[in-house]
Amino acid sequence: MTTANTEQIGLIDRISGPVVQASNMLGSKLYDVARVGEEKLVGEIIRLTGDLATIQVYENTEGLTPGEPVYLTNAPLSVELGPGLMRQIFDGIQRPLPVIREVAGDFIARGIEIPGLDHKKLWDFAPNLKVGDKVVGGDILGEIPETPTVDFKLMVPPNIQGKLEFIAQRGDYTVDDLSATVITPAGDKVDLQFYHRWPVRKPRPYHQRLPSNVPLITGQRIFDTIAPIAKGGTGAIPGGFGTGKTVSQHQLAKWSDAKIVVYVGCGERGNEMTDVLREFPKLVDPYTGGPLMDRTVLIANTSNMPVAAREASVYTGITLAEFFRDMGYDVAMMADSTSRWAEAMREISGRLEEMPGEESFPAYLASRIAEYYERAGRVLTIGSKPREASISVVGAISPPGGDFSEPVTQNTLRIVKVFWALSKDLASRRHFPAIDYLLSYTLYWSALEEYYSDNVSPEFPELRAEALALLQKDKELQDIVALVGPDALPPSEKIILETARMLKEDFLQQNAFHETDSFCSLEKQYLMLKTILRFYEKAQDLYRRGAIVSDIFEHELVVRIARMKYIERSEIETSLNELMKEIDGLTIQAFGVED
Amino acid sequence: MTVQEKYETREFKTVIEVSGPLMFVDLQGMGGVSYGEIAEIITTTGERRRGQVLDVSKNLAIIQCFEGTSGLETKDTTCRFLGETMKIGVSSEMLGRVFNGRGEAIDGGGDIVPDKILDITGSPINPSARQYPKEFIETGISTIDTLLTLVRGQKLPLFSGSGLPHNMLAAQIARQAKVLGTEEDFAVIFSAMGITADEARFFRDDFEQTGALDKVVLFLNLADDPAIERLLTPRLALTAAEHLAYDHDYHVLVILTDITAYAESLREVAAARSEVPSRRGYPGYMYSDFSTIYERAGRIHGKKGSITQIPILTLPNYDITHPVPDLTGYITEGQVYVDIGLNRKGLYPPINPLPSLSRLMKDTIGQGSTRSDHKYVQDQLYALYATGKDLRDLVAVVGDESLSDIDKKTLEFAELFEQKFINQDYYEDRSIFESLDIGWELLGTFDDPHRVLKRIPSEFIDKFHPTKRDKKTDFNTVNI
Repeated sequence: MTTANTEQIGLIDRISGPVVQASNMLGSKLYDVARVGEEKLVGEIIRLTGDLATIQVYENTEGLTPGEPVYLTNAPLSVELGPGLMRQIFDGIQRPLPVIREVAGDFIARGIEIPGLDHKKLWDFAPNLKVGDKVVGGDILGEIPETPTVDFKLMVPPNIQGKLEFIAQRGDYTVDDLSATVITPAGDKVDLQFYHRWPVRKPRPYHQRLPSNVPLITGQRIFDTIAPIAKGGTGAIPGGFGTGKTVSQHQLAKWSDAKIVVYVGCGERGNEMTDVLREFPKLVDPYTGGPLMDRTVLIANTSNMPVAAREASVYTGITLAEFFRDMGYDVAMMADSTSRWAEAMREISGRLEEMPGEESFPAYLASRIAEYYERAGRVLTIGSKPREASISVVGAISPPGGDFSEPVTQNTLRIVKVFWALSKDLASRRHFPAIDYLLSYTLYWSALEEYYSDNVSPEFPELRAEALALLQKDKELQDIVALVGPDALPPSEKIILETARMLKEDFLQQNAFHETDSFCSLEKQYLMLKTILRFYEKAQDLYRRGAIVSDIFEHELVVRIARMKYIERSEIETSLNELMKEIDGLTIQAFGVED
Repeated sequence: MTVQEKYETREFKTVIEVSGPLMFVDLQGMGGVSYGEIAEIITTTGERRRGQVLDVSKNLAIIQCFEGTSGLETKDTTCRFLGETMKIGVSSEMLGRVFNGRGEAIDGGGDIVPDKILDITGSPINPSARQYPKEFIETGISTIDTLLTLVRGQKLPLFSGSGLPHNMLAAQIARQAKVLGTEEDFAVIFSAMGITADEARFFRDDFEQTGALDKVVLFLNLADDPAIERLLTPRLALTAAEHLAYDHDYHVLVILTDITAYAESLREVAAARSEVPSRRGYPGYMYSDFSTIYERAGRIHGKKGSITQIPILTLPNYDITHPVPDLTGYITEGQVYVDIGLNRKGLYPPINPLPSLSRLMKDTIGQGSTRSDHKYVQDQLYALYATGKDLRDLVAVVGDESLSDIDKKTLEFAELFEQKFINQDYYEDRSIFESLDIGWELLGTFDDPHRVLKRIPSEFIDKFHPTKRDKKTDFNTVNI
């Protein structure tokens, strides 16, 4: 967060929590950044009435006094986009937290002004274009190997076009150096640096939207098999506390096959961010073999950091995501949790004495949520050689009391196409991930079915449908069991119960903290599902020929099926094919029945 | 530049309204009063009280009065702005002392000589400065140590209700808490908000009895003390805790009771300001407000000390979806659920492990810290107890005739688990090894352990199962 020129203009009139009113602000623009008080706290103008401006302040306002000056920057809240974002951890307004620590110590002080990017670091730049080339916004001027797994692509900022009069030669540069000079058609000369600024509340332009028909592979069986999300898709994970929202979000950040991950910790626990910081550098990215941190940007605005910056943090996150999308990458963005963002809006709205909507959230809650998720999508980027790229957004929601009828959940579900419902009941049974397999849904399945048929197996859609039908049937039977006990069911239905139990325990349950089970490839998911359903068929057959149901499900092969999830990656195919062969080979004699 | 340097101390006699806990002062266009500034209110009888500025413009300051507004009037009441935000003088001399909810010594020992004067709001810990908590605290209580491991730097609340022995439980934890194999400086900071004098005395007596009183700092805001003062008490306590932890290397355990009373004071102020209420009349910013208390627990890279918090909440009507426990649960790293059903059965401590959780235990337990079988034993005990409880419900409806042998055994297990594992004496200090072994003893009641104990890998069953144990091996060590 830097601001170039600041001039004094206003005077503080009134302070109420994070909201400050200033007078003598004529000429300031809505959503411009203002620096408040002698400590120059960062704030944003959110209402103008005559010469009065209302400012939401991103830092603790204690000690401010009416009469202190307000400085105007004449620029909206913006982020610096350039090399050096990867591996970094920022606060809600793009100040790098490790640098804040160097400047201010272990606790976050106020009024610290630190740029988002390191302006001293040298980057090894190699140009792609030459003097005289015609460029438009989004064209790639050259590349910088930012981390071993991510190449930074230096782009012409949107809205600039013309002819290159100068381009930097291969060499080491800081972000402040001149990268290129463009002569616009009007004859103006535009100097480009190695970074540019972009206002966070303004979506970055793209050329055209593309259909979302490629899955974002997450390595989580409940997601990939039951309710997959597409690249460029939107999803929500609502759940009460203790149901595993954050672990699910961490799993997505760790294992999804996006090239870049932007993780926004919005108003959540400090120790959880520390956990990410501690764990990600140690984890190996299953797609590149490098450390996961090399493709990750973290934004941490923990619950005890100022409320208004929480509101800004999701916008900062999505703007960084758009920047990487424009380079041509698939980006996954996690926001944990959007409820805290909504609550920040509610708090500010309350201080502004706006007429409240449902549950005292502001009336514009729905439109803000919609606007935000709409910045996701699979697109053709701008530039003379458009690239296919995507932003997938998954937002966690923390509904009060775990009640999904509350406004944030409901307004989000109207927009997102994947709903992963966390269930307190499953969590208390330690069924993790505690995602309700019947309540959850995906609206991408019809678009993704073809991908699964072509890339996993033609029979995958059928297996999935069968598994879902079994789980649904199981639910109905469980209701009966709860009333009359399991003995009342006929054997054929007991087979369904047992198979559904295998599906739940041996397939849907996945241990995020187990080295092998944490990530499950699509191929393994397919083979596991196939094995269980193969056993189901066999069980029906054996029962028809006289075997007792309880004997069938006490067979040693059942134990081996339960251990499938722990099979190493390299052995999956042989082991599971072997297992299926043994299932096929089960004879009725093994159950003490003469054929 | 502090506010004091900018402005003289200012005195006004222009109180225009007193309503609920709030006082409105006309500043007559002179301004110069800061947001969050402390005001001294002098009543007509000369009594001095404290208040804090909640909203200020050039013409008007709204002050929340910590010590009540009764006796204030709009003619002669004086309001003097002190030019600073709320601060407390801290020092290691605070150990062994008793303070009221405003931070004034009330034990007759006179004022302390402060090392430092600190702002009580504190500042958020930079997430990149935090050290991930992973040091096991042994409380000597089987349910907590085995199933809900407490970790240094964690915030783990007790979700309780009226008539439940949460105070005993908190006192037992404070008395028995230790870290295996270390003799480090520890301290307990006790912050009482709206509890009765009896309850406060109970804690004090308990600390005294065990000779721990010189390691304890008490901040007491009792039920008959001014309600708004409760908004200060936990912040004073945590400021003292931060000083002891980060400047004097103490491992500090902070007990905050009762958060529900604190939340009610918060609601009272919000209502007096006619703020738009959120759920059940509590203000919409209650989550943010709670977080500025709870998030002050933790550890910092390069600092020896730590702050562990045990907030106590009495759930109105034992309702876990009530805003106070609900918002707490979203911030704290788990919860210990004190259960009325278990209490009715006469079990102590009546901790129900099923709705309880410790988020930080996964990285804490295991070889070198507790014991290598810990993870699996807790998983297995939990799973069998959950199944046992489900079966209990089923049996209540359809009788036990349709149960399989294993189901019957599981039912029996659930009963034994409550009687032998959960249940223990108020003065019983079980080591983690004892607790794990009681667990194994109960798991040992099942025939064919390899088939029933699905959550425990075979090699652990062979090594730790009571009938299979190598008699010569010492199982009372973290190294196994």
